Amino acid sequence: MRLPVDLVVEKRTEDYPKWLPAATSLAAVILAFIISGIILKLIGGDPVQVGKFFWSATFGSVATISDTLVKATPLILVGLACSVAFRMKLWNIGAEGQFYMGAFFASLVVLVPILPPDAPKPLILLAMAVMGMIGGAIWGFVPGFLKAKFAVSEIITTLMLNYVAILWNNFWIFDRWSEGGFQMTRLFERGYWLPRLADYAREYPTLSGITLHLGFVVALLAAVLVWWIFDRSRWGYEIKLIGDNPNAARYAGLNIARNIILVMMLSGALAGLAGMSEISGVVHRLQERISPQYGFTGIIIAWVAKLNPFAVILVSILFGALIVAGREIQPSGLAAMLQGIILFMVISSDVLLRYSIRLQRTTTPVTAGSDA
Amino acid sequence: MSNKRLWSLLALLLVLVMLVAACAPAATPAPAADQSASAQDTPAEEAPAQAPADTSTDAGTYQIPTTEEGKYNVAFVYVGPHDDGGWTQAHDQAREFVENNVADVHTAYVENVAEGADAEQVIRSLARKGFDVIFTTSFGFMDASEIVASEFPDVDIIHISGFKANGENFGNLMGSMENMKYVAGMVAGARAKADGNPKLGYIATFPIPEELRLGNAFGLGVEETCPECTIDVRWIFTWHDPVLEKEAASSLFDSGAQVVMTGADTPAPAEAAPDGKWGITYDYQYNCTNPQCLTSMYWNWGPVYANIVDQSRNGEYVGGWEYFDSDTGGMGLFGFGEDEELMPGVASIPEEDLAMIKETYMKFLSGELDRFDVFSGPITDNQGNLVVPEGVSLKQEDLDGFKEFGSECETCMYWWNENISAELPSLD
Repeated sequence: MRLPVDLVVEKRTEDYPKWLPAATSLAAVILAFIISGIILKLIGGDPVQVGKFFWSATFGSVATISDTLVKATPLILVGLACSVAFRMKLWNIGAEGQFYMGAFFASLVVLVPILPPDAPKPLILLAMAVMGMIGGAIWGFVPGFLKAKFAVSEIITTLMLNYVAILWNNFWIFDRWSEGGFQMTRLFERGYWLPRLADYAREYPTLSGITLHLGFVVALLAAVLVWWIFDRSRWGYEIKLIGDNPNAARYAGLNIARNIILVMMLSGALAGLAGMSEISGVVHRLQERISPQYGFTGIIIAWVAKLNPFAVILVSILFGALIVAGREIQPSGLAAMLQGIILFMVISSDVLLRYSIRLQRTTTPVTAGSDA
Repeated sequence: MSNKRLWSLLALLLVLVMLVAACAPAATPAPAADQSASAQDTPAEEAPAQAPADTSTDAGTYQIPTTEEGKYNVAFVYVGPHDDGGWTQAHDQAREFVENNVADVHTAYVENVAEGADAEQVIRSLARKGFDVIFTTSFGFMDASEIVASEFPDVDIIHISGFKANGENFGNLMGSMENMKYVAGMVAGARAKADGNPKLGYIATFPIPEELRLGNAFGLGVEETCPECTIDVRWIFTWHDPVLEKEAASSLFDSGAQVVMTGADTPAPAEAAPDGKWGITYDYQYNCTNPQCLTSMYWNWGPVYANIVDQSRNGEYVGGWEYFDSDTGGMGLFGFGEDEELMPGVASIPEEDLAMIKETYMKFLSGELDRFDVFSGPITDNQGNLVVPEGVSLKQEDLDGFKEFGSECETCMYWWNENISAELPSLD
């Protein structure tokens, strides 16, 4: 039998409206929340309670907003790292490893030590940030170089280098810098800590326990920088052109190999900066498991944000909130499920960008049973 | 261009608003609200029946740790899942003990907390909510516990286990598991002797004083029942890794071990044991289920925690360095308890050995023997040096110190007992 209307799915021939990507992403996220609510209900949970709790645990007070933003900080940086690479259609799956190398290189400033703890603080933090970016950039350079010179798939190399970076870190924290035989270095002296609001609790008692640190501001500045590169600079235009149409880019005389390496290094540097920000702003020593898979979450964030650097900030705050609230719900695992559902919905929603879908009244008269 | 950006910004702002909306979808349609009301009713009616551990914010089967008015609120922060069958489950069992045995308390837990990244926020969040006592049960929570304790002087934070305390509201807690390792060594030695294969194995975690102490205690126990037995060691550099633990156990069995004892979480030695060989498990009382398992050297944190909660409520808790011995009931060997049956591999140990093992075990529980008896001379290391002369006992700082780590120990725990056929781990 036939319905009076047909569902017509056509490949889009012209550009979609400018607001469409944001609208589909938004709809996808809302849908993900609704689906999660239904799942929660099915397994015997109470979505209303959980929803209320989500709000109060993440944006309910100054203290929880601070917690959320602290979580969002590394996510913004790795989200930007992935966005930069993905913009050129370089699939950098290695933000996790670049994060660890950033943390490792930044630790060199403390543990070699390159600078003593009583050196001027701005100098120390600048040195740690630069070292962190160098560490991440090296870890981006290797797959970038292999891709540019020998066409080695960066998906494989970046993925494998994650494990190398984590094991490299383990070697140093277990063997060389171990404190008391445990898998961690000594606690960094205060001179190496990124300033956080709680440092001013003596003058302003309300700031006690507010751990938002300078890394958040750095992350916001990084987003502005990436936006400028993407939308205002010539280089950003080249990156996009190479990503969208490498042949045209080659005819236009662009140096693709050089750009692959540079973009991978920039991507790695941003992830490395996230590593520095975490150990200097949150953990205060180099140890095992400093990243609960931030690097992989960054991939999801870049996709949900559709590679827009400012959207990365908002999506990171959303995902930071998911982590902060999700980890308190016992037994654990809810936050990871939500993230998965959001990514799934957003990727599926891309169909709406590539195809136009509309309902069309069937013109032929409906004769019941004729098609049965 | 700028138009598009504006749109995406606006839209993603909306995403955040949707966080609120995440609670809204059920709030708008009436039937959903009704259902959730009834869903809330049911568990409330059943609540008296299932006494153990209900947290107050009832999100159905999901629980969110919150405090309860008029009760003394106790929170637990776990590094692993609450039902991991090892270290964390032993603590969760203790949480239920506190919930059921201390008057007017309310308990809650947060599991799977990442040590570096999340610990401080999670502990602080519990302190903010008004929990009166917080137990943080992994070494990696030490710094975070210390920082939060300094911000919340009214909250007592007990860390298991590390080496920091502040003399006020932040203390460190551990117990003398070496006693149980010693008796387990007697079991393993007797079993291996009866089987006619004098080789044993020890899965060690990190090269820290604790792991050498526990290995040596095991070795000294083995000597009691099987003087000719030797013990091989595998370092795995983790407390919890089911795969690595199993590989280490298999490696020891493959190289001829008859009984393998572990310092890590999972019951890997019992699971990896081939027919006719044996494993000894650790941490959780009821993880000795496999027929190849001889016994589990388990923690019984419940009475210890209940005691601390009482102290805290009376304002008597002083955060120091607390190390309890086996007379507190804080530990045991599975199968040897009053209402427990010996595992088949233990029941079939020759009667005279078994009687001696039982007698020693009872002496440890009654306090007649303690950890200093385990480490009383003469003790010879595997290089032939006399570590502890006859009539002398090691002191507490000797039991838990390496000179290399800044301890003031005289006879530091950097030696292997004579029956341990392994090299010392390097410390630099």
